[in-house]
Amino acid sequence: MSVPSIEVDRVSKRFRIYHERNQTLKSAVMRRRRAVFEEFWALDDVSFEIPAGGTFGLIGDNGSGKSTLLKTIAKILSPDRGSIRVNGRVAALLEVGSGFHPELSGRENVRLNGAILGMSRGEIDRKFDEIVDFAGVEQFIDQPVKNYSSGMYVRLGFAIAINVDPEILLVDEVLAVGDAAFQEKCAEKFLEFKRQGRTVVVVSHSLPSLQNMCDDVAWLSHGKLVETGAAPAILDRYQESTRADAHVATDGSSHWGSGEAQIDSVELLTRQEPVSHALNTGDQLTVRVHYTARERIERPVFGLAIETHDGVHVWANNTRDTNRPLDHIEGPGTMDCVVPSLALQAGSFRVDAAITDSSTTHVFDYMRAAAEFSVARRPHEEMGGLVALRGTWGEPVAAGYDAVPITGPAATEGELGPS
Amino acid sequence: MSLVADIRTSRELLVNLTRREVKGKYKRTLLGQLWSLANPLAQMLVYTLVFSVIIRIDPGPGVPSGLDIFALWLMCALLPWSFFTAVVTGGMSSLVGSENLIKKVYFPRSALVVANTLASSYTWSIEMVVLVIAILLAGANVLPFVPLVIVAMAVLLVFSLGVALMMSIANAYFRDTQHLMTILFMVWFYLTPILYPISEVARQSAKVGPVVGDITVLDIYRLNPMEGFTEVFRNLLYDNRIPAVGTVLECVLWAAVALVAGSLVFDRHQRRLAEVL
Repeated sequence: MSVPSIEVDRVSKRFRIYHERNQTLKSAVMRRRRAVFEEFWALDDVSFEIPAGGTFGLIGDNGSGKSTLLKTIAKILSPDRGSIRVNGRVAALLEVGSGFHPELSGRENVRLNGAILGMSRGEIDRKFDEIVDFAGVEQFIDQPVKNYSSGMYVRLGFAIAINVDPEILLVDEVLAVGDAAFQEKCAEKFLEFKRQGRTVVVVSHSLPSLQNMCDDVAWLSHGKLVETGAAPAILDRYQESTRADAHVATDGSSHWGSGEAQIDSVELLTRQEPVSHALNTGDQLTVRVHYTARERIERPVFGLAIETHDGVHVWANNTRDTNRPLDHIEGPGTMDCVVPSLALQAGSFRVDAAITDSSTTHVFDYMRAAAEFSVARRPHEEMGGLVALRGTWGEPVAAGYDAVPITGPAATEGELGPS
Repeated sequence: MSLVADIRTSRELLVNLTRREVKGKYKRTLLGQLWSLANPLAQMLVYTLVFSVIIRIDPGPGVPSGLDIFALWLMCALLPWSFFTAVVTGGMSSLVGSENLIKKVYFPRSALVVANTLASSYTWSIEMVVLVIAILLAGANVLPFVPLVIVAMAVLLVFSLGVALMMSIANAYFRDTQHLMTILFMVWFYLTPILYPISEVARQSAKVGPVVGDITVLDIYRLNPMEGFTEVFRNLLYDNRIPAVGTVLECVLWAAVALVAGSLVFDRHQRRLAEVL
């Protein structure tokens, strides 16, 4: 226990921002130097230890250097100064399925990807069934992976990486892959890792998932370490530092925005009743936004968006685009948006809501995952894809000499075909 | 040398990457691996037509094999040359083409170049087997020389790998390298006695006489490492005799120098690959 699993010792990493990148010999020769660039330190003298066992989070705003640090730990990048000592076998989940060869079968790709991640042949053989089972692609394992759906692709990649059996697992915001059932499986696997005393290092923006998972965290800002230690206190302070911009509700939804007006909650109603079970295609849906305007806001714009659980943007609508200008809001209130007939196929969806100024560029409040709903499939309904277009089929019409053209110049039956 | 360590630790990876190269290349083609024979066959037909039938280059019969078939004489040198260029150009594109992988996963980067070399060796071996069969059918007993041919192939593999390691790094930093190499290979090809016998060069060189001091044009010409390899392969396969010790040493030396230089260059610059790609 006393030996830390990762020691980051005064690590600095410099990147060059090229103004004119010389990747051709000519420009290098003509200029007598390789390129004009500015340097910036993505990591600046960062030192900390990651204890063995448990989950360690790296937090920080975009561009704080947390992903660079993760890649440096994974040996993809090498530090310009300082060193990183890693005690144990590392597997990195920075992007799943990146080594897949589209023409090869799932089976061959499991072997290839496993080998890339450092598994031996024996290990791959032993784990093979588990991997395929975890990914849920048994029937397609001998198909070329280019025929896989994106979900299957990602699941297979994830299943391989997580079965490498690393002592240290590095994860970069890939927790949100796959459908709900698969996510659950992944969460279970992470817990199992933890129970087995392995170390997981996570980079994420999502404070709720970090709060749930992490024992310790390191907070980075502009390439420098702000502080490191037990998760709850630091996560609180990190949240505090960005309070003006973002805060997180207990239910996992998150807000950001300047806060003059705030979305309290988003309620879903169907036929005046709160939605308590799965909806059906064609149902009427009312999205009710409960808000509080702390001051009088002139000409606000309300917006809504629907996403699938894996992040596909399905729909968006705001009061500006649909030409329903509002005069002002002040104090608490509600705002309804009525969808007369839900044109979605079976699946689970997430609603985001926002209040912005009249230009829609300044955000008072944006609430992510403000509400969730699912659509269940009834018999004889469309299946596949996201939207319900409600197409209907006609009767087959045989083609041939006797066929009557559906369109065309007023042809009468007697004049058709070669005689 | 860390290249050797890398190769040892990533044996499973090499096997799988090589398999990916070999299998992926001819997936969804009707003839599959047979396609790899189509290219050398077409080259053989065209070069034989132009240089034997039209221009009438006569390299003379093999001694002591007695073989006198231009096409076979040509292929004994052309197949090793094609292998060499395939390894180097393939090595260059293996790094650039695996950009996504290099940026997302850590694994010994040299495995990509080595696996590509092994995949080319596989194709080359098939070609060489076909060539040996053709030579046997033509009536020369080449079988006793086959073990030595395999050794020579291994030496050329080492030389090609060394050059590929160097060029693949150069290409990652400067994409000009691949275009430059295309031209360089063209010039190099004609400066190597593949389509014509070296006796022709010797004849012209004798006419000119020494250039500087004792050094003749032929001496300069023979600095080309591929000239040595060409001679070794022709001696073994076409003439059926043991090549000169000097030439063999020259080849081994070139291979060693190329591999050492290649792996040093690769080791030094591979750490930044994820950034420069």
